[in-house]
Parts: sequence; structure tokens; C-alpha cells
Amino acid sequence: MTNLILFPILIPLFTGIILIFFHKRIHLQRGISLLSIFSSLYVTFIMIHTIKEEGIQTVNLGNWEAPFGITIVSDMLSALLVLTTNIVALCCVFFSFRGLDKEREESYYYPIVQFLLVGVTGAFSTGDIFNLFVFFEVMLMSSYVLLVIGNSKIQLRETVKYIIVNVVASGLFVITVAYLYSVVGTLNMAHISERISELNQPGILTVIAVLFLIVFGLKGAIFPLFFWLPGSYYAAPIPILALFGALLTKVGVYSITRTYSLFFYEDTYAFTLLAILSLITIVLGVIGALAYNDLKKIIIYNIITAIGVILFAVSVFNETSLNGAIFYLLHDMIVKGALFLLIGIMIYLTGTSNLNSMSGLMKRYPFLAWIFFIAVISLAGIPPLSGFVGKLLIIQGGFLDKNYLGSFIVVMSSLLVLLSGIKIFVKGFWGDESPNLTEEKRKINIQLLPCILLITLSVLIGLGSEVMYSYISIAAETLLHPENYIHAVLKE
Amino acid sequence: MELLMAIIIGILFMCATYLILSKSILRIIIGTGLLSHGVHLLVLTMGGLKGGAAPLLGQHATSYTDPLPQALILTAIVISFGVTSFLLVLAYRTYQELGTDNLEKLRGKKHD
Repeated sequence: MTNLILFPILIPLFTGIILIFFHKRIHLQRGISLLSIFSSLYVTFIMIHTIKEEGIQTVNLGNWEAPFGITIVSDMLSALLVLTTNIVALCCVFFSFRGLDKEREESYYYPIVQFLLVGVTGAFSTGDIFNLFVFFEVMLMSSYVLLVIGNSKIQLRETVKYIIVNVVASGLFVITVAYLYSVVGTLNMAHISERISELNQPGILTVIAVLFLIVFGLKGAIFPLFFWLPGSYYAAPIPILALFGALLTKVGVYSITRTYSLFFYEDTYAFTLLAILSLITIVLGVIGALAYNDLKKIIIYNIITAIGVILFAVSVFNETSLNGAIFYLLHDMIVKGALFLLIGIMIYLTGTSNLNSMSGLMKRYPFLAWIFFIAVISLAGIPPLSGFVGKLLIIQGGFLDKNYLGSFIVVMSSLLVLLSGIKIFVKGFWGDESPNLTEEKRKINIQLLPCILLITLSVLIGLGSEVMYSYISIAAETLLHPENYIHAVLKE
Repeated sequence: MELLMAIIIGILFMCATYLILSKSILRIIIGTGLLSHGVHLLVLTMGGLKGGAAPLLGQHATSYTDPLPQALILTAIVISFGVTSFLLVLAYRTYQELGTDNLEKLRGKKHD
């Protein structure tokens, strides 16, 4: 079926529209949300299989020939990201059955999550630069509403800042598209790539490359544009925070990867800048993660570190490092989702997110403790787990490129990330039971279920990395050889 | 013509940046309004300002203006309308709940 790759966008869109009509009937909302995500997952599996067998899939909307209409393109990278997005969304939605209060659930929470999914999957699979902007706005609008839903004071305050930052970023995005349009005269990404390679890199294209880095860097939180992230993400309730932490910044990372591999692959200046900025991002991320004694803040700063690691791998741009980047991107979405949900359970049990006022959770909740432990060592990249393969390939790629300093910073960052995670484990789970634990043992089985699913996946990715690798190498192949992408879209 | 437009858009961006850096929320929102005006004019200018008929086939002209930037601007205008109205309502709610429109005072407690 040729329209198959549209379904991951259309299913959440229609589900979202349907869910608006009965926002008070929570059980129905929950059921339909889960059903919709499951069907998206099913379609995505078929999609991945088709892409593996037959190559990159494209759909020209409205049957207009490729550079003139909007083309939706699904290569292996997009399909894998759509799959991971749906898995994380499934777990977050399931977690919010218990993890979110009834008032918020009734205020159109489920429809807006579906619209967020439309934006994210759309951004992953569009082949048109202005359409990418529109999907960014769909995603951002839903994220504004999700951030402010329930309107507590801290949420109102942080949403104002978040919106202002993103309005400026969106303005910059349109400016960049306008400049690019005046240089190349087209909006289709494959066609832009073809025109750019005919232009022999004049200086204006480097300016546009840096502008794209600023725009997507603001969405994806790289140094020095990550200033909005710690405050804004801190305000969101846990399931929403998990959705944001796992998905939103990764769309910025994906867009940098896509534009740099497709448009600016000959531009050494832009790649050097990307390398420097990503390394500083890693350093500042680990400093933040070590500095705080607050569960949420520690994991939020770990997002920034991971973005730095992925973008460093993209800036090295050889086969090994790109394989590593994609591996690490998928791993990071899953593990960050799991970590946010796990600290959500810890906050639910102790009533605080301050590490100094919690201890001894291990005695009553040993299962939670060990799941959390696996999540932390997977985050740091201990061998049998998913974080290891990605980081190994990234470091290997860095050494192949003779970028010793960069690889060294990535290795050191793993150590400090491990330290920041183990700090939570030691202070929160070991020691005597703190007085703010409730008397009776609280039931947390339902909230634990999505965490277990995500951690199992992380372990399976680590153990079955051979199987994963056969898919990821196809994805890296398209990034390395943009002519395949151009050929698939323009049918030359 | 393009040069004149470029200078005017530059002035718009300058005013927008100045307003966005101020303390009051309303001035910031006015700044984002000016920013989006500048952006939309920039898209129009970058598409080229050569003479030609309006892009309506009924006009039977020899040359038309570029229709693509106009479609892009129309899209960007409605999106910025949506975001601005949301931001205005949010600023209103923030003023109701927190009792201030000064961003300096919107910091919250240290470990809040």
C-alpha cells in the first residue's frame, strides 16, 4: 500500500479529533488513546519491514511531481524514530492513568498528547522544509498546552518563558527558510540538496547552515541555547515531563542531523562549529547533573549531555560514528523516558523531589530499586545494556577521525553521568527509611509496568544489538549517501 | 526596492529585539508581534519584488508575482495568530494568578 507511511501521522490526528468530543469520559479516552498508539505501532512495524526490503518510501501528496508538491519521505532513520516515539508515548500515556490527577486528565490531556504525536511523527517523516516548520508548530503548540495544563503557579510562570523562547526560535526558522528559498528557489529537501551541490558552497550557505544550527539548537537545547530547558521542563507533571524529555529535544537533534547530512555535508566550517558546541554541551550537561540535589534537575541535565554526545557523533560524520549516533539516539529516547517515569514514582512515594530528604526506599520497594539501577547503568553505558553499543561506536568513530579530545570527553562524560545517576540510587534507596515515607506500603504496580517495558526494551536492544545493527546501518547509509535520498524522492 | 525593504525589516527586528528584552510581559508580546511582521515581510522580500500581476490566472498577464512566498506567509500568519492569542491569554492568567506582569519577579522561590 503506497499510503502506508502516512498512517503514523493520520492515526493520531483523527484520534485526537475524535477524543475532543468527550473529554470528560476518562475511561473511554484512555482506551481509545491506547488503541490508537497500538495501531500506529503495528503500522510502523510494517513500514520498517517494507523500507528494509524495498528501500526509502515516498508519497507525493496530491499526486504532484516531487519538487512541486509536498513529499512525505520515510527512510530507515525516520521509521525507527517514529517507532521509538510511539513506544515512549505508549508508556507515558499508560503511566498517566495513575500518575496524573483527574482534573488534568479531564482537561483535554489525551487529545493533546495525540496532537503532540502528530507533530513529532510528522517532523520525523516530512521531506519539505516548510512543512517541517508547520509540524514543528503543531508539536510546539501541543507542548505549550501540555506544559500549562492544570495551571499551577510554577507552570504558568515557566510556560510564559517557554513560549517566548519558542516564538523567537520559530521566527528565526522562517527567516532561515526565506534565506534558503532566495538562494536555491525550492522547498523540497531533496531538491534543495541537489541545487546546493551545484552551487559550490558560496559563503551564504555557511551562514544558512549556522542559522539552522541556531534554530534547531534552540529546539534541541545545545550550548549556548539550552538556558530555557531546565526551568521549563522542571514545571511539567511527570508523564508530560517524560514525553518532553524523550521526544521534543530529539526532534531538534534529528533536524540538525537531517539538514547537515543532506544540505551542508561539504561545509567543514559548520561541522567544526557543531563539534565544538556539542562538546561544550556535554561538559555543561554533566556539570549541571552533578551540581543539583534534585531528582528532576539531575535527569534534565542528563538530557543535555546526551544531546551533546549524539551531535558530536553527527559532527564526526563517518560511518561508525553515524551508526553510533542513531543507536544512541534510540537508546536515549527509551532510557530517558524510563528514568523520568521512575523518578516520578519516587516523588510519588516520598512526596518530594529533593534527594536530601529521602532515603531507604530499597527496604519496601526492592523491585523499583533494581529497575532504577538497571536504568542508571544503561544510561551510563555498561556493556550488556543498550547505552554501551552506541557510545562504543561514537568513541570509535571519534578515534577514526583522529578527534582524540572529543572521544576523551565522551568517555569522561559517561563516568560523570554514572556518578550523577548512582548519587540518586545511593541517597534515595540506601540508608535508613526517611520519615516522610507513608506508613503503609503504597501500591505502585501499575506505574511500574511502563518502566519495566522500557527497561526490558533497553536490555533487549543491548543484547540483540546484532539485529538492531542491520536496521541502523541502513539508516546511517542514507545519511552518508544523500544521493540515495535524492534519487528516491526525485525519481531520476 | 529590496534594499529599502531590507532596511525596514532590519528596523522591525531591532525594535522587536529591544521590546523582547524588556521586563513587562505586554511589551514582550508586542515585540513578538513586531518580530513576526518582520519575518513575514522578509519572506515576501526574499521571494523577489519584481513587477507582475497578482497570482490570479484570470488576469491573463505575461508575468505573475511568485505565488509560493505568499502561501508561506499566509501559513505563517495564522500560526503566529494562534500562538499570539494563546500567549495573550496565558499572560492574562499569569497576571491573575501571580499578580505581576514583571518578568524579573516571575522567578519563584529558589527551590520551587
